[in-house]
Amino acid sequence: MASAPTYTPIATITASGSTTSVTFSSIPQTYTDLVIAGAFYETSSSNTSLQFNGDTGSNYSSTSLLGNGSTASSARVSNFPCIFWDRQGNATGYGTGVAHIMNYTNTTTYKTALLRYGYAGTWVEEDVGSWHNTSAITSITVGVVSGSGNLASGSTYTLYGILAA
Amino acid sequence: MILPGILASGISGHLGGNYTSLQTVTVGSGGASTVTFSSIPSTYTHLQLRIFAQTSRSGAITDGMDIQFNGDTGSNYSQHWLQGNGSAVTAYGYASQTRGWLGGSGGASGYFSANVVDILDYTNTNKYKTHRYLMGTDANGSGLIEIGSGVWLNTSAITSFTILPDYSPYVQYSSFALYGVK
Repeated sequence: MASAPTYTPIATITASGSTTSVTFSSIPQTYTDLVIAGAFYETSSSNTSLQFNGDTGSNYSSTSLLGNGSTASSARVSNFPCIFWDRQGNATGYGTGVAHIMNYTNTTTYKTALLRYGYAGTWVEEDVGSWHNTSAITSITVGVVSGSGNLASGSTYTLYGILAA
Repeated sequence: MILPGILASGISGHLGGNYTSLQTVTVGSGGASTVTFSSIPSTYTHLQLRIFAQTSRSGAITDGMDIQFNGDTGSNYSQHWLQGNGSAVTAYGYASQTRGWLGGSGGASGYFSANVVDILDYTNTNKYKTHRYLMGTDANGSGLIEIGSGVWLNTSAITSFTILPDYSPYVQYSSFALYGVK
């Protein structure tokens, strides 16, 4: 069984000022999966979401599982302009999240992302999202798409590449 | 720095060899009824399996996905999971099963699932073996999101495992990538 070290940091972006989004562009096409680790929140209780390759059309869908310490719920959006990462919305303080974007360079299948986010003491959520497009992903925008407000200044997002043997 | 579910440190270029690609199975045009990883090196602490998969199960959004360790087909697996289907949340628990549970894959909908599975302390011969997973598939109007864990009631080191669908073979482009984590 061959082996090769991987899980390579590609870039880190820190939101500053009043911005609704940050973008990882010119993403290398040399990995198998992408992972974004984030510590972030928004300036109003809207949401943080992902968009790929600048596509702002209604070409995404998400299914979510949420828990707030007493109640669990599930929700879905179809034909939507983004994939939710922080669906619940958090304007209180830094939560943490991880987004997995699988098999992002293949040009045969729609793309699937698996995401987690939580704010300690308040709620936790998991989301799965589809981008209904077979293009390779070359850029990822993290932003407030559905709702109002900005990314909180100081929010950080680090992109990693994972290469399968 | 926190990896998905696993602590790591020492980032320099890549994670200093702490996260290593071991083997990948990509399903070809003929499909695959099972996927097996064998001769797994014992030189890591944890394993992570990253899956992008769909089966040919017709008329279904998802197909179940199971795991058996070291060829054990006995009733030695137990599992619990929490599942959301876009409107309802359900918790499941099963004991004395012949297969461990990894959630599922996409069905014949054109939408592939994503699964990230951690198999913890897999070489330890003093513990039953525990795995956990995060899995989801979304087909633009249907789908599942699920988190779960399971135990293999055996203290042997894990040297191989097999992934099995519940109903239909994995289709072309499904991929199963195994990583070792120190």
